[in-house]
Amino acid sequence: MITAPISVPEREHYLNASYGLKSWLLTKDHKRIALLYLATITFFFFLGGLFAVMIRLELLTPEGDMVQSETYNKLFTMHGVNMVFFFLLPAIPAVLGNFLVPLMIGARDLAFPKLNLASWYIFTIGGLFTLYALLSGGVDTGWTFYTPYSTTYSNSFVIATAVGIFIAGFSSILTGLNFIVTIHRMRAPGLTWFRLPLFIWSHYAASLIMVLGTPVIAVTILLLAAERAFHIGIFDPALGGDPVLFQHLFWFYSHPAVYIMILPAMAVISELVAASARKRVYGYEFVAYASVAIAVFGFLVWGHHMFVSGQSVYAGLVFSVLSYLVAVPSAVKVFNWTATLHKGSIALETPMLYTFGFIGLFTIGGMTGLFLAALGLDVHVHDTYFVVAHFHYVMVGGTIMAYLGGLHYWWPKMTGRMYPEILAKLAALTVFIGFNLTFFPQFILGYLGMPRRYHAYPEEFQVLNVMSTAGASVLAVGYLLPMCYFIWSLRYGKVAADNPWGAVGLEWQTLSPPPVENFDEIPTVTHEAYDYVSLPNGSVTPKKEAHVR
Amino acid sequence: MRPSLPLFPEQASSFASEVDALYFFLVALTAFFSVLIGGLVVFFAIKYRRRKNSPPAVIEAEGIALELTWSIIPLIISLFIFVWGASLYFKGSRPPDDAAEVYAVGKQWMWKIQHMEGRREINELHVPVGRAVKLKMTSEDVIHSFFVPAFRTKADVLPGRYTTVWFKPEKAGAYHLFCAEYCGTKHSGMIGYVYAMEPNDYQNWLVGGTAEGTLAQRGEKLFQDLACTNCHKAEGTGRGPALAGIFGTRIQLEGGAKVLVDEEYIRESALNPTAKVALGYQPVMPTFQGLMTEEGLLSLIEYIKSIGPRKPSDAKSQK
Amino acid sequence: MSAEAHGAVFHAPRGHQFDTAEQQKDASTLGMWIFLVTEIMFFGGLFCCYLVYRWLYPAAFAAASHHLDVALGGFNTAALICSSLTMVLAVNASQHGKRGALIAFLILTILLGGVFLGVKAVEWHHKFVDHHVPGPSFLFEGPDARQAQLFFSLYFVMTGLHALHMVIGIGLLTVLTVQAKRGKFTPEYNTPVDMCGLYWHFVDLIWIFLFPLLYLIDRHAK
Repeated sequence: MITAPISVPEREHYLNASYGLKSWLLTKDHKRIALLYLATITFFFFLGGLFAVMIRLELLTPEGDMVQSETYNKLFTMHGVNMVFFFLLPAIPAVLGNFLVPLMIGARDLAFPKLNLASWYIFTIGGLFTLYALLSGGVDTGWTFYTPYSTTYSNSFVIATAVGIFIAGFSSILTGLNFIVTIHRMRAPGLTWFRLPLFIWSHYAASLIMVLGTPVIAVTILLLAAERAFHIGIFDPALGGDPVLFQHLFWFYSHPAVYIMILPAMAVISELVAASARKRVYGYEFVAYASVAIAVFGFLVWGHHMFVSGQSVYAGLVFSVLSYLVAVPSAVKVFNWTATLHKGSIALETPMLYTFGFIGLFTIGGMTGLFLAALGLDVHVHDTYFVVAHFHYVMVGGTIMAYLGGLHYWWPKMTGRMYPEILAKLAALTVFIGFNLTFFPQFILGYLGMPRRYHAYPEEFQVLNVMSTAGASVLAVGYLLPMCYFIWSLRYGKVAADNPWGAVGLEWQTLSPPPVENFDEIPTVTHEAYDYVSLPNGSVTPKKEAHVR
Repeated sequence: MRPSLPLFPEQASSFASEVDALYFFLVALTAFFSVLIGGLVVFFAIKYRRRKNSPPAVIEAEGIALELTWSIIPLIISLFIFVWGASLYFKGSRPPDDAAEVYAVGKQWMWKIQHMEGRREINELHVPVGRAVKLKMTSEDVIHSFFVPAFRTKADVLPGRYTTVWFKPEKAGAYHLFCAEYCGTKHSGMIGYVYAMEPNDYQNWLVGGTAEGTLAQRGEKLFQDLACTNCHKAEGTGRGPALAGIFGTRIQLEGGAKVLVDEEYIRESALNPTAKVALGYQPVMPTFQGLMTEEGLLSLIEYIKSIGPRKPSDAKSQK
Repeated sequence: MSAEAHGAVFHAPRGHQFDTAEQQKDASTLGMWIFLVTEIMFFGGLFCCYLVYRWLYPAAFAAASHHLDVALGGFNTAALICSSLTMVLAVNASQHGKRGALIAFLILTILLGGVFLGVKAVEWHHKFVDHHVPGPSFLFEGPDARQAQLFFSLYFVMTGLHALHMVIGIGLLTVLTVQAKRGKFTPEYNTPVDMCGLYWHFVDLIWIFLFPLLYLIDRHAK
């Protein structure tokens, strides 16, 4: 219960309810845990970003002249491992999802707060293992750990890294489990499934993948470590094992993992589009079902990573056609978001700029996926920079754009402060320009035939590589800016109103920052999500009066 | 060197123009949809931007027709791309019967090529223009991938099994050969050139090598050096079956199964002889694991192929 | 949660995030079932490897399987099935508030689990003595030594992970026993007993699949 003394002007909320390191490290409040995750993944993001900068600098010239090839191989491996397992996978679910799922469904917390805190500790321990591998010499297998290179031939710290990923996987499993149970059992009265914000639908779909997919990568990595440590033969062709079996098991998780990264990004975009246009998301049910369809079909397409691996032609055909089927729900989402803007009342604040960026870049990222799913064409572009460009358009242009957009949008709710709008718009523009300059040339490079993971390359690829490196430096500035002004805003930012965007949605009906148990009184939901007609400008919300003290 | 900015790789094989056609179609499609979506988003954002006195958002009626339209149209387009891509893939996986065969072995970090006629090369591959070439490939260590951008072709090279890739060069010249599957420290050094030569030049090149004999002759020598002939007697009276004419046939195994004698089976029989024993013979053959290199194995396979009654379609042996 | 610290016997210790004890129990049960699904996927990866290699090397798998001791494996299967029964009885006792019976059945379950692990250890020891542990010292008479090693690799990974789950289960049951002694469980509040029961049955069930897949290949009368 909130029992702030009347004489103190500042009311009590989750940030000032208790102080000290211990109050943070032992917190069971989902909002504080979200901030713990925010700090942790920001660290890994900039660490991974540092590796990216070094990769791009090396590729400025055709010769391998800045670092040795061993070092270069470790750089791209650690970039991938850091970004995939310790940034992209947890970014939106563990930070924004953790903060918002209980708020959006009108709950006091997640169903299992202790488990939530444990997830963060598990994640951090996994991260420390990986850091240990990094500091003691690094790992050079590529984030994909293909056998038999990783099990027999690599002379780097494969097992420590594998253990780190294995441990971090449990954090993902437990987060997914917590979300599913919370969404099933903790919704406020009146909040039926089809009144849920699309943010929740998408997180639910992503949680399904976390729960069903992550255990498979866990056991795969366990087998990999056992094979490397004891040479038990499971993936070793010399002992009758099959190295391609590893690829199947790896991609059985790692392809759906892409949807763990992109579904929560779509969750954010649905919220941002609706709030910016002050309008119900067009085709709400279709967008909701599309999330679930992506999660389900996502499990059936892993073989499209292996069209040239020697798997049978018929397997290739099946995986190709299924990959095209999974493209349809993504397209449906993009069309529905665009339609939502039609005749909306569109606010052009920073979150919306990121949303534009997302829709445009995700369209290109998704469409280039069609190139890769086309069997005959994939033979040419597989394992080239075309693939690198494609997944960076989806992961960086998609997930990180949405993550940054979401962070700006909910920053006032999380911290009670506004970010500086003009600077933020400038940063958004910088990110967009830097991103395109970095990754668009890589499509051309890939089609020209430059393979991925090349330390040195033939001279005719240099011009495009220089463009890409130039773009990367712009992008780096674009990413540093928000970090600086977000920290600045904590102290000097304008104090945020409870509902600065005039949005509907339960999270905007409580205070900014929210009280410890989120709501003074659990709201009863009587409207659909995004009902801007009955609740114009979010101003006449049923709970508004209760907050006036 | 003057900075150059090529946008497309050279078209030097029969696949190249076909793959490029699909590529250009997809580029156009992507450009169309990106401009459509991007344009609409920007247009709406400007037209309906919120101003002081702008009206509230208008909620249109949602029709299932529109949703179905933008589900079904992408579905049809993507299935069209699927069929197009799959037909190219099928072609790429079916080498023509008259393809010239060349063997390739990948190892950290080089490509070792063996021609039937006896020439061997490292990180270089000479092929004639205008004739289909089929590569049978394996790896000595980790997974590699044979990639020639100008030919628009690629295939992984795996340890412990044979994979095939084929192409038909159409333009003379030197083209990059890359390893596309990350294979360790010097992955980016595992590169070379494919030289597509006019048929006459190619013939001259072929005979210009050292006089080691053809690949099959080398295999025959190895066959004798390893004393295989002690058991695999030509008359079939030895402890192992006679091998002449066995390639490409289906033989009966101990235990009732049948197996096609192909490259994989010969390889398995040499390295793990007791796995599939021919009917009527004892599992007494010792393993030759560690006694033969991958290249030696390939020459042995080529020898066994060469001692058979020739199939009419087997054009490569009609010299 | 603060209510837990007070050790209130007549009130279920309820987390502040829940409205009712029933909601809490529902949430825990759903959570446990989802956890078991993740466990199925975890073992599923191993079963998938097993299927692939058994399909590739049926003869080697049959030959290697003959070196497992069916009698010991069968005994262990019986022990585990009995332990599932005692676990059910423990859950039943907790639902009816019979504290003595609950403790007795929990201890019985722990003992049966211990018997299983003991027999398992004996079996592993035999494999060790017979050089059937994969690695440099692996020895196997017969034509398919390399593929037989694959079988034993899978055998050790699968039974090893299963045994690890057993150890965790026994740990959980020990905690339950102590809590039961302190009178934590009532007919109104026995969720932990219920949850551990689900887990225990799951581990049992995994063994029911492992036993025929590993021990009983090619054992039919010829």
